[in-house]
Amino acid sequence: MSVSAVTTSSVQRSLRSGGRDWAGFVFEIVLLLSLLFALVTLFVLLADVLAKGLPVFAERGLDFLTSPLSSRPSQAGVAQGIIGTLIMAVLVPLFAFPVGVLTAVYLEEYAPDNRLTRLITVNIRNLAGVPSVVYGLLGLAVFVAAFAALGFGNGRNILAGALTLAVLVLPLVIITASEAIRAVPSTIREAGFGIGASHWQVVRTLILPSAAPGILTGMVLALSRALGETAPLILAGAVMGSFSTGGSLGEILTGPYTVLPIIVYDWARKPQADFRELTSAAIIVLLAVTLFANAIAILLRNRYVREW
Amino acid sequence: MTSTPPAPDGAPPAAVDGPAVSLRIDAATPLEPHATGSAEEQPVLAFRGVHFYYGSFRAVKDVTVDIHRNRITALIGPSGCGKSTLLRTINRMNDLIPHTRLEGQVLFHGENLYAPYVDPVEVRRRVGMVFQKPNPFPKSIYDNVAFGPRVTGMKGNLDDLVEASLRRAALWNEVKDKLKQSGLSLSGGQQQRLCIARAIATEPELILMDEPCSALDPRATLQIEDLMAELTERYTIVIVTHNMQQAARASDYTVFLNMAEDRAGYIVEQDETTRIFTNPANKMTEDYVSGRFG
Amino acid sequence: MTQATRTASGSSLVGRPGRRRSERLAKAVLMAAAGLSIVISVGIVLSVLAESIMFLSQIELSQLSAPGWFPRRGMYDLATLFAGTLMITVIAMLLAGPAGLLAAIWLSEYAGLGTRNRIKPVLEILAGIPSVVLGFFALTWISPNVVKAIFPTASTFNFLAAGIGVGILTIPLVASVSEDAMRAVPRSLREASYGLGARRTTTVLRVVLPASVSGVVAAFILAISRTVGETMVVAVAAGATGGSLFTLNPLGPGQTLTAAMASLATGSDQVTGDSAAYLSLFFLGLLLFLVTLALNVVGDVFVRRTRQRY
Ligand SMILES: Nc1ncnc2c1ncn2[C@@H]1O[C@H](COP(=O)(O)OP(=O)(O)O)[C@@H](O)[C@H]1O
Ligand SMILES: [Mg+2]
Repeated sequence: MSVSAVTTSSVQRSLRSGGRDWAGFVFEIVLLLSLLFALVTLFVLLADVLAKGLPVFAERGLDFLTSPLSSRPSQAGVAQGIIGTLIMAVLVPLFAFPVGVLTAVYLEEYAPDNRLTRLITVNIRNLAGVPSVVYGLLGLAVFVAAFAALGFGNGRNILAGALTLAVLVLPLVIITASEAIRAVPSTIREAGFGIGASHWQVVRTLILPSAAPGILTGMVLALSRALGETAPLILAGAVMGSFSTGGSLGEILTGPYTVLPIIVYDWARKPQADFRELTSAAIIVLLAVTLFANAIAILLRNRYVREW
Repeated sequence: MTSTPPAPDGAPPAAVDGPAVSLRIDAATPLEPHATGSAEEQPVLAFRGVHFYYGSFRAVKDVTVDIHRNRITALIGPSGCGKSTLLRTINRMNDLIPHTRLEGQVLFHGENLYAPYVDPVEVRRRVGMVFQKPNPFPKSIYDNVAFGPRVTGMKGNLDDLVEASLRRAALWNEVKDKLKQSGLSLSGGQQQRLCIARAIATEPELILMDEPCSALDPRATLQIEDLMAELTERYTIVIVTHNMQQAARASDYTVFLNMAEDRAGYIVEQDETTRIFTNPANKMTEDYVSGRFG
Repeated sequence: MTQATRTASGSSLVGRPGRRRSERLAKAVLMAAAGLSIVISVGIVLSVLAESIMFLSQIELSQLSAPGWFPRRGMYDLATLFAGTLMITVIAMLLAGPAGLLAAIWLSEYAGLGTRNRIKPVLEILAGIPSVVLGFFALTWISPNVVKAIFPTASTFNFLAAGIGVGILTIPLVASVSEDAMRAVPRSLREASYGLGARRTTTVLRVVLPASVSGVVAAFILAISRTVGETMVVAVAAGATGGSLFTLNPLGPGQTLTAAMASLATGSDQVTGDSAAYLSLFFLGLLLFLVTLALNVVGDVFVRRTRQRY
């Protein structure tokens, strides 16, 4: 409401007054303030988290990072979450990236221009807009159920979680990779074919290398997104509350698991005030992971804006 | 010229089908450079009643032309008359555009390039192409030239081949000290010569050039024209150009196309270049080459 | 038959069968990958659909309108959840709509290239903050320092704080889609406006904004879809307890479609097996899927319209 009031009056005034454009000046200030609002919010959020969380690190040091979950705030740590998040950082790309990039190559390079292809493309766009919590249902109904049926306990293991997140980010990977492939100038493609390279040779030796920065950016963004997701893993069986971690890799992959965002969620709901600080400390660790990934993606993209 | 069979010049498509087999086998014997092509010699390439369609739109109609060995054949005509389309039927680049169709025959040493068993990729390995805008790969100069031999799995010393190709493209002296630099770091004219080197590195018989100088300055243009003349010692060249002086200067044979009412390109006149430019048979040709339209 | 003869006689244009085979293999592998994406979307729909049908067959339809949403007590009042979702969406869009749009105008029409390239990454970082973190921020900072400061009677868990949190999360989306639309407006239109002696403000409001209206509409629709599907901010800050009575009070706690799903699956309240409460999870998922799908499809139409225009 305030917006339209400001805008219409500024138009009228700017049309009427012959002197200095005060209305325009005010308008620009309003615009700047809206932008500043987002930036200030980000700043306040980070400052608040750091103010509450850093004392935990000051007090407990590395102990907080290496301790397992516990219901006693003085002993609780995020080690299991870090392990879970790191395993996700390996498994999700493993499951999602090859399929995603190959799908993008197929859609951009091989698929005939027909109804079915357009249907698939639209379908993928829509999948990207499906709320993440719905992917949790898929994880629960398909992956958790499958692992349970195969005899892996209740099926609520990190493999099921990783598959869920992989499916979640798959559309994002496909869309960004498609855009990167589409951005490769057609002159390069033509030159390759003109020399007698086969279609796959053109794709492998010319198009994929040229599109690599864009594809990589999308991958890192997707990874950052996956590592910050909570809702799908609540459904797909991440453990809330403490548990004991198995020793061998097999036990870790098929036993109970958690990840950093789940710990944040779990602790945020705890009534004890001590857990407020612990939550902030856990958020610092989580943000360190996701913002780091994000920053890399942004850098990658800005660095290789276009070579040709 | 000892083994030259009777030329299929002007023969209707049906008649070509018969002798085609023997012609093709004949063509498999190694090629030696010829001083000049002549009308009786078997053409390297022959269009026989070619029509080309983009969807339902006919862009080229009823083209019959012979392209002779070691000569430069120029395709000229107003913009949009189908020169590029015709050129790209030779290496089947048009196959990459969906919903396109060719009628008639394009015979390469008597073998129909559009026969069902022919692999377009194989065709493109025998026919090099140079594009309107220089389009080196975003790779090093060396890798640009080595690209073709690598993808076609050519045997032999790659370094030597790269050097020989760059020398033939009259670029070696300028780049021999910076083979690792990006091909994109070169000037426009150098880039186009790099593209020529890249095209000849796979040792094609035929080189197609689609307005190769239109993005270049006059000096670079002259360099490319000189280069083309040298290349005819080993290669046969088909060039599309909108530049009348270039066609007159650089080509041996000229094909003039124009658009019919339905926008389909057709051949108005074709002849030795000197004749087209000094004494054309058709009034339209005379008007066009003297710059009165187009 | 001539074809066979020719091939047998050693045409050089046939190509190596090995290469043709590897081409076919590459294509087959790529096609399989693309097929997987279809399998996944069909999988989502089927897995959600089957259990939803089971849910509907297990309950009386009258249970879908009750005084509130208490799945463990057989009260599945959809109005409660839709009211909550609506409140969150309205609050979030009242914040993200103007803030995102105005920020987009500044970035597209006022900021120099350098400034813009420095500020956009910051917005992207804001977009990259996990929603559970914003939920915590909404609960522990926005709720006491903003909501309760203005409305002292508000409860700690409340829709307003959650809605503001969701709005903050959505600003970058509105800003980036709107900005793309505005930058797609051809420079010639702006120059024509300036040529007529119009001021910058007039040009922006009378020329650029109308020309990019499809894109701005798309930004808003996609943002609404995003706020409807946002889960963690609401689950943390709006008090996703076991259930909620129907409420339209933004200062009190309550549940949304998404928060109800999270709480059904959370911790000690976690429901399992074939109970109707467990199955209701899938029914909510289906509703959510359909609502966001409809919004995304409409939003996509507008996005495509901007692309076609110029
Ligand atoms: N990819 C294409 N799809 C449809 N029509 C095309 C395509 N390429 C060219 N054309 C049409 O075919 C005709 C001939 O084009 P072109 O061969 O490029 O002409 P020229 O090279 O003589 O200028 C033109 O009418 C052009 O619009
Ligand atoms: Mg052309």
